[in-house]
Amino acid sequence: MSGIITKISGPTVVAKGMRKSGMYNLVYVGGMRLIGEVIRIEGDSATIQVYEDTYGLKMGEEIIDTGEQLCIELGPGLLSSIFDGIQRPLAEIAGEYKSFIPTGVALPSLNRSRRWHFTPTVNPGDAVEEGDIIGAIQETTSIIHRVMVPQGFRGIIKDIAETDLLIEDKVAILEDGRDIRLIQKWPVRRPRPFKKKITSHTPFITGQRIIDTLFPVASGGSVIIPGGFGTGKTVLEQTLAKFAKSDVIIYIGCGERGNEIAEVLTYFPELIDPYTGYLLMDRTVLVVNTSNMPVAAREASIYTGITIGEYYRDMGYNVAILADSISRWAEAMREISGRLEELPGEEGFPMYLASRLASFYERAGMIECTDDGNRRGSITICTAISPPGGDFSEPVTQSALRVTGAMWALDTNLARRRHFPAISWGRSFSLYQLDDWFRENVADDWPEMRRWLMSLLQKEEELQDIVQLIGPDALRDQDRIVVETGHLIRENLLQQSPYSPVDAFCPMGKQYSMLKIFSRFYEIALKELGEGRDTDEIFTMERKMILKDLKNMPGEKFPAVTEEIMNRL
Amino acid sequence: MGVTKTRDMDLLTRKYRTTEKIVGPLLFVERALNVSIGEMVRIVLPEREEKKGQVIEVSEEHVVIQVLEETTGLSIHDVEICFTESVAKVNLTPDILGRRFDGIGRPIDGMPDIIPERRASITGYPINPVSRGEPSDFIQTGISAIDGLNTLVRGQKLPIFSASGLPAKEIAGQILRQSMVVGEGERFAIVFAGIGITFREASFFIEEFERGATLHLSVIFLNLAEDPAIERLLTPRFALTTAEYLAFEHGFHVLVILTDMTNYCEALREVATAREEIPGRRGYPGYMYTDLATIYERAGRIRGAKGSITQIPILTMPDDDITHPIPDLTGYITEGQIVLSRELHRKGVYPPIDVLPSLSRLMNLGIGDGKTREDHRELADQLYAFYAQGRDLRRVASIVGEEGLSEADRLLLRFADNFEMGYINQGDTTRNITESLDCGWDMLRRFPEDRFSRVRPEIMEKYYAGTNKP
Repeated sequence: MSGIITKISGPTVVAKGMRKSGMYNLVYVGGMRLIGEVIRIEGDSATIQVYEDTYGLKMGEEIIDTGEQLCIELGPGLLSSIFDGIQRPLAEIAGEYKSFIPTGVALPSLNRSRRWHFTPTVNPGDAVEEGDIIGAIQETTSIIHRVMVPQGFRGIIKDIAETDLLIEDKVAILEDGRDIRLIQKWPVRRPRPFKKKITSHTPFITGQRIIDTLFPVASGGSVIIPGGFGTGKTVLEQTLAKFAKSDVIIYIGCGERGNEIAEVLTYFPELIDPYTGYLLMDRTVLVVNTSNMPVAAREASIYTGITIGEYYRDMGYNVAILADSISRWAEAMREISGRLEELPGEEGFPMYLASRLASFYERAGMIECTDDGNRRGSITICTAISPPGGDFSEPVTQSALRVTGAMWALDTNLARRRHFPAISWGRSFSLYQLDDWFRENVADDWPEMRRWLMSLLQKEEELQDIVQLIGPDALRDQDRIVVETGHLIRENLLQQSPYSPVDAFCPMGKQYSMLKIFSRFYEIALKELGEGRDTDEIFTMERKMILKDLKNMPGEKFPAVTEEIMNRL
Repeated sequence: MGVTKTRDMDLLTRKYRTTEKIVGPLLFVERALNVSIGEMVRIVLPEREEKKGQVIEVSEEHVVIQVLEETTGLSIHDVEICFTESVAKVNLTPDILGRRFDGIGRPIDGMPDIIPERRASITGYPINPVSRGEPSDFIQTGISAIDGLNTLVRGQKLPIFSASGLPAKEIAGQILRQSMVVGEGERFAIVFAGIGITFREASFFIEEFERGATLHLSVIFLNLAEDPAIERLLTPRFALTTAEYLAFEHGFHVLVILTDMTNYCEALREVATAREEIPGRRGYPGYMYTDLATIYERAGRIRGAKGSITQIPILTMPDDDITHPIPDLTGYITEGQIVLSRELHRKGVYPPIDVLPSLSRLMNLGIGDGKTREDHRELADQLYAFYAQGRDLRRVASIVGEEGLSEADRLLLRFADNFEMGYINQGDTTRNITESLDCGWDMLRRFPEDRFSRVRPEIMEKYYAGTNKP
């Protein structure tokens, strides 16, 4: 079916003769065959958002409706790939078209000529239904690709392959004659179905002290990271990509900088996964749509990323979606909405901003993939937000806050004094109840220690306000101990350098030991104050040095050295 | 009204006299067929006078043309619109070096048109992120506040956030002089885009090029304040297309200066308003982020190509407000920013760079052992930490008086003053990187060793106490 272009305005095109078209159908636009999607139908005419630059496009050119929705390809070969917002393979495009991305590029997302060694896990005669695993492929050294029965299939296996397969080959044939192939397609805007969502009580461990200790997020939870420019959102997202405990990482560079992606692409391939010892890229998928790439594809990139994530979740993996930044996604929506002349809401964002954000964040969660609950997978979403002017009262931050379970708020003042990660302990929060897990897996008194730290920091902040008003002399001695200890904690516990080989990742055992040591030190300080010593005698250079060196001690040494350090204090 | 389509003898150009409406810089032409987005048009007035325009929207009812020149005197009944079937293109040849053009690529240096090796569309294509090379070469600017604390690397886009009356152009001039220093066998070029700047500013830069004997290495695109505002939307794109050609096809290290981006954004707002678009923050269009990105992102390196594009955009923060949409959106796209401060300027500090809000995101790629010096990162972090504390204490001291502070705090307070007057303030002199780093250590030696929180013991040993001690 085809139509004729009647209007072009930026990335949106209107065509007539589109009566039979369906919403969100994929279309090819004009002689250049630009990729587009139907986003509004009025009588005979349809509005199309085009995923490529429309420069040079003419009135009267043809629109071809594929009759399908915007789908992405799912199958082995996703891991360690780099895609743009609509899943075009960027490395292959670079091979074919040199350094710039021209318009009208058409290359398959997944490699068609690579063979995969398939090992079946079911036999002919077995009954299978959608979501069942029928075999396995070692996709990369660290991840086994579990081949699943696609949605809508159910029946008895008649024949199953047991060889090396191309991605388009038949992997199984059912009794009813339908065949299952390695490759599946899935419309990106539709969440993949699951059996049951469950509440997760396991934390998403990141190795970052301020996060794991104070504001942990559940595996299957969602968190936003808002911060003005220069507060370290991207560095934090990249740190999470390297160190967060998760089977599969989907990193979505949504409307961000090209050079940062260059940095990711230069360093990531060399990085060793701290959990498996294999290459980090082996369990990573990059979806990259930089700010100068077409805006409609930026809008799609978030969906592309999360759909790939859901696919691995359905295999029973824990998946982390790291998106930088969701504000650019919202802005893409605003831009397209403006071109459609929709009635704007707050700050020009479309009225449906909040509901779109909510339905995106709700794709996070821990699920049971099977009825018996033996296979579980999860999606944890961590998204950066770039509020204009660093002001969190703007609509994207506020709408996201209503649906996510945690916020790691980045603070401009901390960033300016190079306190990184610049997560504000005053403004951040986590609603996830994970105390039981920490009690069982780290230490019995973990929740108490955590509360101690939080209240000390709280008190220090209040005292700092007083200092700002009437000067440090006004403080009582006990208060001075709080301020000094708080200062040492900020410098040596909350700060953590992602570039330090030892300190970039802090295991839970070490986090607990450090917490213990600081609280013991605080007790000692109070005790000595009671014995009449003054603060200079308590906060000696030697003690400060001991506390300062903690970060740079390898995690394996804890808790063995904890006792000794406490004695030295 | 002349609403009939007329055809000239010239069969190649399609001419229309169906202009229906003129709103600000926009012309609405009815019933024009076969027009493409971005197409350039000639607008012919009765006296054979011509203006240029560009198609920004097409539909069955009308074609919207943004006129790149003044619309004063245009009337709907006698203008004739000629579509050229060509998008805006720039003429490219290596001979372009040393030439001067207006904001849309017409020579203004009295020399003939250039004979192009090829012509390229000014919008360009996005660089494939996979093909990008990582910026990693340190550029020594001779300014301690930049080299020492916010290092510039080749392929970076680092804007200067200025405010009215602050010496942004002098700083840009200094960076320019210094960044010419390139390695052996490497070539250097400057592409300068003056966007709505005054004659005085333009001549400052041209004199700067002459003084540095770089005029023959530079390509200048000038849209002066009195030139048509809409032309400003094209000027940076002409400049960057030229820069991409020089960098990635001829291997030049190109430094691009775009000044003043605030004027660009205002032109963008003018067109958006004339189109009756829904305004975003402070009347700027909602797509300003995307639009600015298509300019700023045209910087960097490409794997396998010799050259690079380093961008120094200059913008004026309206009312010194860094949260204004122009600096705000710029900061979200560029790799850091150099922020100028009125307070330091008043104190007589030159360059008046406020290092706290300033940042270079690519700094880590250009510094360290083998590039600058092993102590660079930690030294910079420590200077930042002390200076930030010192600045905070100024507020306290203004309330409780200096006497109300502890000895330790008074040390920080004095450090903040010394740092501004001794490290940041360097007048007209240039410092090489070793001098900048050593100057930093001189500042830090006021503090006893136990006050340091960002420096590893080995580095302290070597630079604080060790042989480098004066």
